[in-house]
Amino acid sequence: MNRKIYLDNAATTKTRPEVVEAMLPYFTERFGNPSSVYEFASQNRTAVDEARAQIAKVLGAEEKDIYFTAGGSEADNWALKAAAEAYQEKGNHIITTKIEHHAILHTCEYLEKHGVQVTYLDVDENGAVKLDELKKAIRPTTILISIMFANNEIGTIQPVREIAEIAKEHGVLFHTDAVQAFGQVPIDVEGMGIDMLSASGHKLNGPKGIGFLYIRKGLKLRSFIHGGAQERRRRAGTENVPGIIGFGKAAEIAQATMEERAKKETALRDMLIERILKEIPYVRLNGHRTKRLPNNVNVSFQFVEGESLLIMLDMQDICASSGSACTSGSLDPSHVLLAIGLPHEIAHGSLRMTLSHETTEEEIEYTIEKLKEIVAKLRSMSPLYEDFVAKNKIPQED
Amino acid sequence: MYSEKVMDHFTNPRNVGEIEGASGVGTVGNAKCGDIMRMYLDIDENGVIQDCKFKTFGCGAAIATSSMATELVKGKTIEEALKVTNKAVMEALDGLPPVKVHCSLLAEEAIHAALWDYAEKHGIKIEGLSKPKSDIHEDEEDEAEEY
Repeated sequence: MNRKIYLDNAATTKTRPEVVEAMLPYFTERFGNPSSVYEFASQNRTAVDEARAQIAKVLGAEEKDIYFTAGGSEADNWALKAAAEAYQEKGNHIITTKIEHHAILHTCEYLEKHGVQVTYLDVDENGAVKLDELKKAIRPTTILISIMFANNEIGTIQPVREIAEIAKEHGVLFHTDAVQAFGQVPIDVEGMGIDMLSASGHKLNGPKGIGFLYIRKGLKLRSFIHGGAQERRRRAGTENVPGIIGFGKAAEIAQATMEERAKKETALRDMLIERILKEIPYVRLNGHRTKRLPNNVNVSFQFVEGESLLIMLDMQDICASSGSACTSGSLDPSHVLLAIGLPHEIAHGSLRMTLSHETTEEEIEYTIEKLKEIVAKLRSMSPLYEDFVAKNKIPQED
Repeated sequence: MYSEKVMDHFTNPRNVGEIEGASGVGTVGNAKCGDIMRMYLDIDENGVIQDCKFKTFGCGAAIATSSMATELVKGKTIEEALKVTNKAVMEALDGLPPVKVHCSLLAEEAIHAALWDYAEKHGIKIEGLSKPKSDIHEDEEDEAEEY
């Protein structure tokens, strides 16, 4: 292998060349501010709205219900904080899960300091929300349910339609953080009953620094960034025109290629999962076996630690990520892996590999071979493995 | 992120393994935090560390500090080995990122734990050595599960 094998597409993706090409003129000759009166700049207003339409189409949404933000985190912050404020007369209770992205969890913690009550739902061993527990958690004061569409670490896809139905029955708003799912799996905000949805450009081969919040028509959410009249007065700031154009293009391509991509990625994903489970002992799959993102693999290797695994993979030009504490900057491993019931030491040994449309079978083969070598090497250095071998009298090859 | 020396000791760790019938063995850290170090010492009748081996479950820095610690104590007397502090290990590795300093502390503790074991086995007291703080065997809870 003489090129990098990039298996961290849940972290970010490579911007597609067509996307870069679409963006470039907006840095140079088409640099104008869409709010300006003169022709060359005001044309950018049309370009921005065309991108908005491309995105709306992927969601089955109305064009004007898409509000561009600086990314997924801003969209999540906006949805939660603005809903808490707008519906405070109705109540002060939000329901979310223990496996949300920190953009949701830390926003909830912030809101808790300001008088909002938050229920963090447990998930089952596969990372799926338990619908009966969701129903039980709803109070007369519940104003919002925010549950991610698909998990960024373990890939599990939530029963979004059912969640939305429950929310609707109880007259509660439903927001979903779809940063990992948008452009990867079909989403229909109308058909699924989604009231608000966050997404980000750089997870679907678009640019960084651009995202959006879908807000269903009729929701009275205040502006999050105050200033000019952009985004129908709901999100001030001169539009990130190149970003928006790039995001629109990426969304368009994602939609056009979704079926074919999902088919290809799912086949490679399943090959990777099955071969690892078969060829490496003492390993488990994290997340649901089938109800998961087409490109997500998350496994835990017993007796080894994730960061050392990542560095050794990097030395073989394989890029991946881990839920180990050492990669999170704290002593605790990933909150998602703990929430699905993994003991700490198993969570420390987790490895996430997220594929893209460019991933090849050859790359997967190479990755499996390297993983076998690296895991064996780290286990030969591990006191946990030494104890396990001694206890279970496992014969070792020299 | 890591210095060249750390990377060198991580990718080509010195003295990995076990010593059968070791004079002293010490295990520190716990799996919960993601770092466990086990240090084996072979100490001769003159109190000189003839051999030292380790096994470590942990990040790159944990493995590199274990490797460097074994290099630093090898051939030393017990008194000299006691002076191998976490700072000495860090300096020998050309530094560690701030979040990884605890790994070097673990290396120091592992040496102390192995020396403590040696002293207990031989019924001697080593001046300046106190009982190691952390030892996984004190709260061993995890049964290895097969997946």
